[in-house]
Amino acid sequence: MDEPLAPGHRLCAGCGASVAVRQVLLAAPEDTIVANATGCVEVSTTVYPQSAWNRPWVHSAFENTAAVASGIEAGFKALANRGEGKEHPVIAFGGDGGTYDIGMQALSGALERGHRFLYVCYDNEAYMNTGIQRSGGTPKGAWTTTSQVGKAGYGKTQVKKDLMGIVVAHRVPYAATASISHWKDLMTKVRKALAQDGPTFLHVLAPCTRGWRFEMSKTIRMAKLAVDTRFFPLYEVENGVYRITVPVTSPKPAEEYIKAQGRYTHLLLPQWASELDTLKKEVDGNYRRIERLSQFTAQPIVS
Amino acid sequence: MNVLEKSKPVPMLGDEAVAEAVKECDVDVVAAYPITPQTIIVEELAEFVANGEFKGQFIPVESEHSAMSACLGASLTGARVFTATSSQGLALMHEMLYNVSGLRLPVVMAVANRALSAPLVLNADHSDMMGSRDSGWIQLYAENVEEIYDRTIQMFRLSEDARVMLPSALNFEGFILSHDMEAVRPLGGERIRKFVGRPKFERRLDPDRPSTFGAISSPDTYYEFKMQQAEAMKSALGVFKEVEKEFHALSGRKYGTVDAYNTDQADTIVVVNGCSAGTIRAAARVLNRAGDNVGVLAIKMYRPFPTNEVVDHLRDAESIVVMDRSVSLGAPSGPLAEDVKSALACAGLETPVMSLVYGIGGRDFSLEDGKKVFALAKDKGSYGAMPLMYGVKN
Amino acid sequence: MSWKELGEASVVRGGSSVAYVTTGWRVNRPVIDESKCTNCLICWVFCPEPAIVRHEKGKVTIDYDHCKGCGICEIECPLKAIKMVREP
Repeated sequence: MDEPLAPGHRLCAGCGASVAVRQVLLAAPEDTIVANATGCVEVSTTVYPQSAWNRPWVHSAFENTAAVASGIEAGFKALANRGEGKEHPVIAFGGDGGTYDIGMQALSGALERGHRFLYVCYDNEAYMNTGIQRSGGTPKGAWTTTSQVGKAGYGKTQVKKDLMGIVVAHRVPYAATASISHWKDLMTKVRKALAQDGPTFLHVLAPCTRGWRFEMSKTIRMAKLAVDTRFFPLYEVENGVYRITVPVTSPKPAEEYIKAQGRYTHLLLPQWASELDTLKKEVDGNYRRIERLSQFTAQPIVS
Repeated sequence: MNVLEKSKPVPMLGDEAVAEAVKECDVDVVAAYPITPQTIIVEELAEFVANGEFKGQFIPVESEHSAMSACLGASLTGARVFTATSSQGLALMHEMLYNVSGLRLPVVMAVANRALSAPLVLNADHSDMMGSRDSGWIQLYAENVEEIYDRTIQMFRLSEDARVMLPSALNFEGFILSHDMEAVRPLGGERIRKFVGRPKFERRLDPDRPSTFGAISSPDTYYEFKMQQAEAMKSALGVFKEVEKEFHALSGRKYGTVDAYNTDQADTIVVVNGCSAGTIRAAARVLNRAGDNVGVLAIKMYRPFPTNEVVDHLRDAESIVVMDRSVSLGAPSGPLAEDVKSALACAGLETPVMSLVYGIGGRDFSLEDGKKVFALAKDKGSYGAMPLMYGVKN
Repeated sequence: MSWKELGEASVVRGGSSVAYVTTGWRVNRPVIDESKCTNCLICWVFCPEPAIVRHEKGKVTIDYDHCKGCGICEIECPLKAIKMVREP
């Protein structure tokens, strides 16, 4: 039976990104074209002369996936207009590195121009492929090799960028967050996105057993815990209207998430108690912000 | 029926000539970002889109890096793709030039040559393309506006040939040619479309045969892929001759990989690329009418370098001056001079070669300058180990 | 392989990674208790490889050529029908 991703790739045992890619492509049509940024997924799935992709696939550089996807979309459109073939769904995969940071410009341009494609950011919250360095998507307090923990440091001091906020600012028809633990929610969102006639975006949490420091069998548990502790709210924004798709009314304590990952455990030390407290407030505050936004944007605008 | 009689000359700027040619070449996707002095190309194409004259997709990308990236993506669908840039834009897309060539995609690009910052300047020299000369792109240099028009058309055929499948760049000086109005005899859309045909690429993104483009190779294989590119470059010389022959039948016009004026007899030959070839050729004619014996070899195809032709034309010269409109800082010669010196050395020729740098940052090069260059050629003291920086204010 | 024999432009046929076997990656291997398995496909939707194979008829099976032994399937199976056992 058709598997969009073939096994035999070199992604780590228990890799969350791999699950994210599989789930997204399982929800997409068989003639989907894939553009991929440099990163874990790209490098591990296409070691010459082998490829794990049962879909037409291209990688060229780190920062340009959205631009390449724009070109693919335009190419097929131009050919279809001449009666030389048909258009196909285009999905761009980029890690948090290739999206939040170096890939931000190309993403912004592609969203603004209104190409019909789905951009999926598989977020493992650091530059994992090059050895766990911090990115704009690394959460505050997380250890990485370039935001180290010690007597004078508690990991990354900056907040995780509001990627969804940036995308929504481009007035795209559809953008959503998703978690590999909630596969049905994820796949529904993929279908919804692909049905739009314009640029769409999916922010998928992809836990990394190596970089987050947890046992490889717990990847899906970790993704679920992120949702259940409100660290990663699951919501969608459809033409500016916010809606939480998996409400978390009684969140699990943040400590459960933190103590489960080696990149966070230092925050449980007495020395970082106030930072942990701030972090918890920010996590909760972020969820409430989405709640407020969904209430606010659901109201019709009265003239 | 003489084609030339049928087509009345139309006044066009260099940039306009590019846009006109692109319009007629059945291009599917144009992805470009404006930069002086290329902007007119992009603006003209946008006008053609609005008038329904250009039926392809026009992507107003947000940077030159994205322009070349979008071209890469579009080319992989099997579409015919074009872009244009200059100077900083070319430098910004530098990594993507190697990507496009490495993936063997027949993207065609116009470069309105402009000097690279810093300091910032808007005017012409060849430092932009020379900075990317190793990227695996076929590089042509045009001397006048009609040549710009013709070469744009030829490059689609050359790049898309299955024996080549390498991208090509047409170079012409910013402002001096891009904003220069000259007479162009258009060839008519029907004839051009017949000449370029439709792209038929084997390697494409195709859901019926899913392929992976851009895999990670290793020291075991990377070298061989580069060898394939090198061989394709070599083939391009032969394929180019075929393309020019067919184009000549269509238009009555021919340019060659080099243009030789009086090289079989001359004592001193100046080698040059770009539009100053016209200036120095005019100077040579004036001098020869007064009894001198000088020649000019204009390099039209720079990559692949037409080594055999260059050597053949320079073989009997007593002295050679190679003019470079860019400086390879820290090198013993300008870039074109290095190539010429290499070619001569490989052929066992020990003719003295002077590397002369001129026209940097848009510094004017006039007919008088041309005569002075030939005078310098006679001065043995000017043949130093360093390039002679002609025209700099000392 | 000589540059003449190598496929041009580093293009690769899709899906060819199945030739790469990851048995050596494993310490433990999953074993499905068919009597408990209801073929709900949860293990399949969470397998990173995938090393769990769906079939037109019958329940899922493990592709031991490509399983890396991560153990996600054991944790996620709602029927506790999968056990990770030491690789023989």
